[in-house]
Amino acid sequence: MKKSDRIILNPTQFDLTIKRLSHQLIENYTDFSDTVIIGLQPRGTFLAERIKKELQTIDKKIKIDVGALDVTFFRDDFRRQNQPIIPNKTEINFIIENKRVILMDDVLFTGRTIRAGLDAMLAFGRPKTVELLVLINRRYKRHLPIQADYIGKNVHSIVSERVKVNWKSTDKEDKVILYTPEF
Amino acid sequence: MTKMTKLSTKHLLGIKYLQKEDINLIFETADHFKQVINRPIKKVPSLRDITIANLFFENSTRTKLSFELAERRLSADVINFASSSSSVTKGETLIDTVNNILSMKVDMVVMRHPNPGAAYFLSQHVDAKIINAGDGAHEHPTQALLDGYSIREKYGDLKGKKIIIVGDVIHSRVALSNIFCLQKMGAIVKVCGPLTLIPKYISSLGVDVITNLKDALEWCDVAMMLRIQLERQNIKYFPSIREYTLLYGLDKALLDSLSKKITIMHPGPINRGVEISSDVADSNQSIILNQVENGVAIRMAVLYLLAGRID
Repeated sequence: MKKSDRIILNPTQFDLTIKRLSHQLIENYTDFSDTVIIGLQPRGTFLAERIKKELQTIDKKIKIDVGALDVTFFRDDFRRQNQPIIPNKTEINFIIENKRVILMDDVLFTGRTIRAGLDAMLAFGRPKTVELLVLINRRYKRHLPIQADYIGKNVHSIVSERVKVNWKSTDKEDKVILYTPEF
Repeated sequence: MTKMTKLSTKHLLGIKYLQKEDINLIFETADHFKQVINRPIKKVPSLRDITIANLFFENSTRTKLSFELAERRLSADVINFASSSSSVTKGETLIDTVNNILSMKVDMVVMRHPNPGAAYFLSQHVDAKIINAGDGAHEHPTQALLDGYSIREKYGDLKGKKIIIVGDVIHSRVALSNIFCLQKMGAIVKVCGPLTLIPKYISSLGVDVITNLKDALEWCDVAMMLRIQLERQNIKYFPSIREYTLLYGLDKALLDSLSKKITIMHPGPINRGVEISSDVADSNQSIILNQVENGVAIRMAVLYLLAGRID
């Protein structure tokens, strides 16, 4: 980390945020019987798994399917970059027909990934409703009219900055860092 | 971060021009497309702004359908051309035909042609991505890729696997592409057949010849049976089809007499009762229909990876 980089969420705040988001979901959904969680590849899947775990810690009776959705083939920037984008795995072992879907991603920025996700999801059925949960909402730079229903933290950042979410499971520690560009 | 990487070539003219990493990239991408084509909704929009021309100057069922399906599953616009119903019969040259088609703004060309090197020739003269769908007795890269992919699917890896190619090797573009592909991926390839149907240069490719079919089958893990390509044989290479079948045809009795269970492949079209008997082609050791399914996934991967940048 450079001196100018800053930590947006430290491990304690990170944990509190996950807990709050989970409680918000329980408040709104009460019964999760017709609800599924879909995490967007590559890093929204960590959030999806984590929220599921937290929901079940709060209430052991909650049973909810979690899927991983890859949006690569549905992106609108294919052929606008120098190289093709290599996909990740899609793992959705259930149909979402008439289900309430909670779409999850770690960072919401331009909104283009979510747009592709909405398209990609339709291959698995027509959901009853779709809501969006993100850990970090980067404001002001949306390219599309897409907003999240549940937000871990709002961040005001400029385009050249980069937000990275680290997970205990793969990056040793839960934290969110805002990297500033080098001039 | 999103992982990005690309093929080392701009066209797919032959396996000869590919690196091992290219083949691995195609296989890994095909894994994802195989998943896509097994969903209830089998279509993705990746190539929605691309037009592809399928030019078939030689007959084909499987390859043409497979390419067309792959293109449509990727949402590309497709135009088809078959030489039998075109102006080629009026004397138009290959370059003129293709340039006329390209002036209709085509981004990629999938071409099958009876002349070896036709795809390479095209790539030097026209401004579009070229995919070779078979050029004479030279190469048929997507077939070799789907064959390699099917073996990888069955055994997990190609490295060290023993593959025998049986039959009309000299006229077979499938054999040549497969030799390149399998060897690059670390498999050991040998060929089997009457010596008149084995090219003299085969040893320069590092490929041994076994003339006895039973010995060959005992050696291998996978047997690729080839069709006798009578349409390319202008002289007699063997006394009769009946004699060929007796010496080089694979039937159930021979398959069951082997000391281990081998896997049977065939690029199609099959001449049942000539190189392979019906009960072998339909047996549980045969992965012929898996090859066809994998063909669509492999071709989707190739089209996706070659689509390139929009200008």
